[in-house]
Amino acid sequence: MNIWRYGDNIDTDMLFPGKYVYICSIPEEIKPHLLEDLDPSFSKNVKKGDIIIAGINFGCGSSREQPAIGLKSVGIKAVVALSFARIFYRAAINQGLVLIECPEAVKFYSDGDNVEIDMDNGKIIVGAKTFSFPKLPEQIIAIRDAGGLLEYTRKKLKKK
Amino acid sequence: MDMTFAEKILAKYSDLKEVAPGQIVTVHPDHLLTHDNTAAIIQKIKPELNKYGIYSKTLPIIVLDHVIPASSEKTANNHKIIREFVKNNEIKNFFDIGFGICHQLVIEKGLALPGKLLLGSDSHTCSYGAIGAFSSGIDRTEAASLLLTGETWLKVPNSIKMVLTGKLNPGVYSKDVILHIIGDISASGANYCSVEFHGDVRNFSIDDRFTIANMGIEMGAKNTLFFCDNVTKEYLNLIGIPDSSYSPIDADKDAKYYKEFKYNLTEISPVVACPHTVDNVKPIAEVSDIEIQQCLIGTCTNGRLSDLKVAADILKGKTINSGVRLLILPASKDIFEKALNSGIIEILVKAGGVLLPPGCGPCLGAHQGALAPAERCLSTANRNFKGRMGCKEAEIYLASPATVAASALYGKITDPRAVINK
Repeated sequence: MNIWRYGDNIDTDMLFPGKYVYICSIPEEIKPHLLEDLDPSFSKNVKKGDIIIAGINFGCGSSREQPAIGLKSVGIKAVVALSFARIFYRAAINQGLVLIECPEAVKFYSDGDNVEIDMDNGKIIVGAKTFSFPKLPEQIIAIRDAGGLLEYTRKKLKKK
Repeated sequence: MDMTFAEKILAKYSDLKEVAPGQIVTVHPDHLLTHDNTAAIIQKIKPELNKYGIYSKTLPIIVLDHVIPASSEKTANNHKIIREFVKNNEIKNFFDIGFGICHQLVIEKGLALPGKLLLGSDSHTCSYGAIGAFSSGIDRTEAASLLLTGETWLKVPNSIKMVLTGKLNPGVYSKDVILHIIGDISASGANYCSVEFHGDVRNFSIDDRFTIANMGIEMGAKNTLFFCDNVTKEYLNLIGIPDSSYSPIDADKDAKYYKEFKYNLTEISPVVACPHTVDNVKPIAEVSDIEIQQCLIGTCTNGRLSDLKVAADILKGKTINSGVRLLILPASKDIFEKALNSGIIEILVKAGGVLLPPGCGPCLGAHQGALAPAERCLSTANRNFKGRMGCKEAEIYLASPATVAASALYGKITDPRAVINK
């Protein structure tokens, strides 16, 4: 498992450049350009189960959802950050991508530390230290557990 | 319990007597805005659209503005798919290429009104706070779900009170105000919050308010809001909407705010947001003399008639520096026509401006006006992210239309007050 460490205000153009937004929509099209202007090594080396650790305001900017779709489809286990921008936060819920706002864990982390995440109990273990993060509201967990918003909506429509 | 604007409108739209920050509510927005991304949105839900149809014909507002005219077979096909979808579903509010930028049209066509709730799959959907509406950006997947069900969840945000006092000095504009505020509170300073503007805002026209509300997302806000007042009512009357067709919502007197900020407008000077974050704001004196190769006046932030007029007043009878390309991007066809009929376009083109069709154009780097490595652009748009205008080795600076026009004359960042006072 790799840990990808990035700084503050990682914006949507760094996560997925605007010039591809209207020509790439599906995971296979998105992957080659994911984080292209931030870290060209990312899309080549990212593996299922990797974790991103970042600073404040991760995902700020555009409403484009390619960053969330892309990070989910390459198998990012979680993005742990000091804080997230709100549209990206919603987009992540809608795609079933796990975001963890846990400033203490981010500040404690140093290069080489092992990171483990226990979603059921809201715990993140960095090196030898364990941190807690708050559980999401039930309505939001229901969307994530359904496999994302569209699956959730499909189930809702069927019931009607 | 006294409530803020966001609390009151979210209570109203969720049929609750009162709500509190952190609470999750289900709402049915009045409108859902989508643009060129409608093609990708409807692809996601093709079988469901066939089976259940869209929730309502009046919910969607669809505008083709992001890559117009189409730049390639792929984008042309996206537009074609959208036109067919509009026709087959008899969607009431559709604006094809050339009508203008979605946010401008939503306000100009009276689709956002005081006390209404709108969501849109574009981050600058927060613009409609200029007119007293609650509006916020969502992603494509959520827009797809809304097209089918007409409903979604919103978390009731904390509210921030921005109190503006005093009056702006000549050469200083609403763009300087919002850049100054973002520079002060940072690009995440209003994250997840509803931002209300209070105080001496009566001098701000709807155009001015639009610029400020538009950039709410650049400080992380969920929505931004100017309360409906006489300025709002006069604007709406002008576009043919009587007072009786909407119900404004005010904040309660003793509403609780999470934070409060005060700004004296008299003390604000022209500023520039420097690469590569919108909160990297500097007084113009600190960046004067930085050479620029491209200037952009327009976009949903500053492409209105008053913005083009400010630029024309500066450029009248003059020619821009030979080392600069000046792009002019009116926010809508209506603005374009008015600028044409009043001679503003002639002045800008004679000065050396290149006119682009009303749309998003160079702002997002998808086509038109892309930058080359080591080039610098001074723009009236809302974002200066690395790579935003198509090239990660280029630099984008943000300023008011007056600053951009003055700078185009000299080929370097120039204080507009030096030109206006001449």
